[in-house]
Amino acid sequence: MKQQIFKITKNEKIAKDVMLMHLSGDTSDLTTPGQFVNIKLEGQFLRRPISVCDYTFDSLTLIYKIVGAGTEKISKYQTGTDLDILTGLGNGFDTSKSGTTPLLIGGGVGVPPMYNLCKKLLTEGKTPTVILGFNSRDDVFFEKEFKDLGVNVIITTADGSYGIKGFVTDVMKNLDYSYFFTCGPEAMFKAIENIAQTSGQYSFEERMGCGFGACMGCSCKTKYGNKRICKDGPVLEREEIIW
Amino acid sequence: MVNTKVNLSGIELSNPVIPASGTFGFGYEFAEIYDINCLGTFSFKGTTKDARFGNPTPRIAECPNGMINSVGLQNPGVEAVKSTELPKLKEVFHKPVMANVSGFSIEDYTYTCQALDSEEQIGWFEVNISCPNVHGGGMSFGTSPESAAEVTKAVKSVTTKPVFIKLSPNVTDIVSIAKACEDAGADGISLINTLLGMRIDLKTKKCVIANKMGGFSGPAIFPVALRMVYQVYEAVKIPIIGMGGVSSAEDVIEMMLAGATAVQVGAANLVEPFACKNIIDNLPAVMEKYGIKDLNEIIGGAH
Repeated sequence: MKQQIFKITKNEKIAKDVMLMHLSGDTSDLTTPGQFVNIKLEGQFLRRPISVCDYTFDSLTLIYKIVGAGTEKISKYQTGTDLDILTGLGNGFDTSKSGTTPLLIGGGVGVPPMYNLCKKLLTEGKTPTVILGFNSRDDVFFEKEFKDLGVNVIITTADGSYGIKGFVTDVMKNLDYSYFFTCGPEAMFKAIENIAQTSGQYSFEERMGCGFGACMGCSCKTKYGNKRICKDGPVLEREEIIW
Repeated sequence: MVNTKVNLSGIELSNPVIPASGTFGFGYEFAEIYDINCLGTFSFKGTTKDARFGNPTPRIAECPNGMINSVGLQNPGVEAVKSTELPKLKEVFHKPVMANVSGFSIEDYTYTCQALDSEEQIGWFEVNISCPNVHGGGMSFGTSPESAAEVTKAVKSVTTKPVFIKLSPNVTDIVSIAKACEDAGADGISLINTLLGMRIDLKTKKCVIANKMGGFSGPAIFPVALRMVYQVYEAVKIPIIGMGGVSSAEDVIEMMLAGATAVQVGAANLVEPFACKNIIDNLPAVMEKYGIKDLNEIIGGAH
């Protein structure tokens, strides 16, 4: 964990209630896809944990959904604003187990961490397939960005207004894959768990206090003992999860 | 040069700043980012006889200038604390540590304290009496002078180290409870624990915290904590560790003027991981600003 000041270089709407923020700053504590950062906001007591969509050594891309007072505030920050951010939080995805044809499944605001993960898998010489699930056409984002990586991208919408009508699992059940990685709502996780044919990793969300393992605010029980979503997670392996 | 050293029941602290139990784990998360030997000491994660998972999640809710937690004393149990946590802590912290202990019966408290008393790393006990007494209809030990005194006597009878009793503010008269603990042999008083609070989510129209209620902490409770430290200081002769919303060197000095010999920092650690280090670094300059040469001279100075 590092505490760093980042400068906002872009903060713009990319879908309904979904914002993309670019920041410049020292990301040296980020080591793997699926980690998150924790942002201090003026006038809010707790920091706001947001998953990392992408990063280079001196820049950070975050995608977040406006869901409450905190993210509403973040969405109004102007370019040039400095933010106090804790970086390098969480375990992130372990790509060593992915096999050659992993499946990446992002649901809604669970899509962002799949992007840097996809890039990493490509650099490792693997051939990922990506399924991105949304509720409706207005919610869809990052289709082009994933396609620009040269991977097979399948979009689903629950109401059928864009891509394939249905849920990510309606596509997943017809695919062959060596492993899966997913981030999204828990209802989607349960549907995936019912049909998944391989091992995989799930990235969980929980209300956090500190975000770095001190307060035990986000604990969960696993088959391998109690874990803190913020420190021992947010990524848990399929085999250890108690549903 | 100013003097920040204080003496807490015969043990010298290089400064009065102590991370509060439950906000600092067993120290290692913070040892990764700064040398925690700058602390006066720290109060480790509340330890019980048996391992506890704690309460269901969500356990955390935000409030204006504070937060509610309902962690429910998650800890690995006293045997694992002795065999795993204390040896790991020894690698990163070389000062006496404060052992925070909780229980749900008198026997729980005495078992846990007795098990820890021989550990040389432990300098003091801090006994949390805010937990419900399973043999007393679920009422917290800390809500009556009689049961608070009963815990104090029992713990004192099995320990050789100074015992601080950590009081709950969720009572009608904290002064009478503090006095009862002093009369029962307590070496000091820690106050305050969290205030019972609640938040409701307007979207779901349900309580945010799974257990509905939880402990409210953070800067919002500082004036309440300060008032209670002030009141208890007038009534007891034993030292007081003041806590509740402390987040700056100024707050530390204010707490000491109310009567605290040492000061704990809780919720601030969770949003500002360097909070205690920053407070310790700032303390000499703030002392100089207010003409304070020796912290010992200001303890209870507002009375």
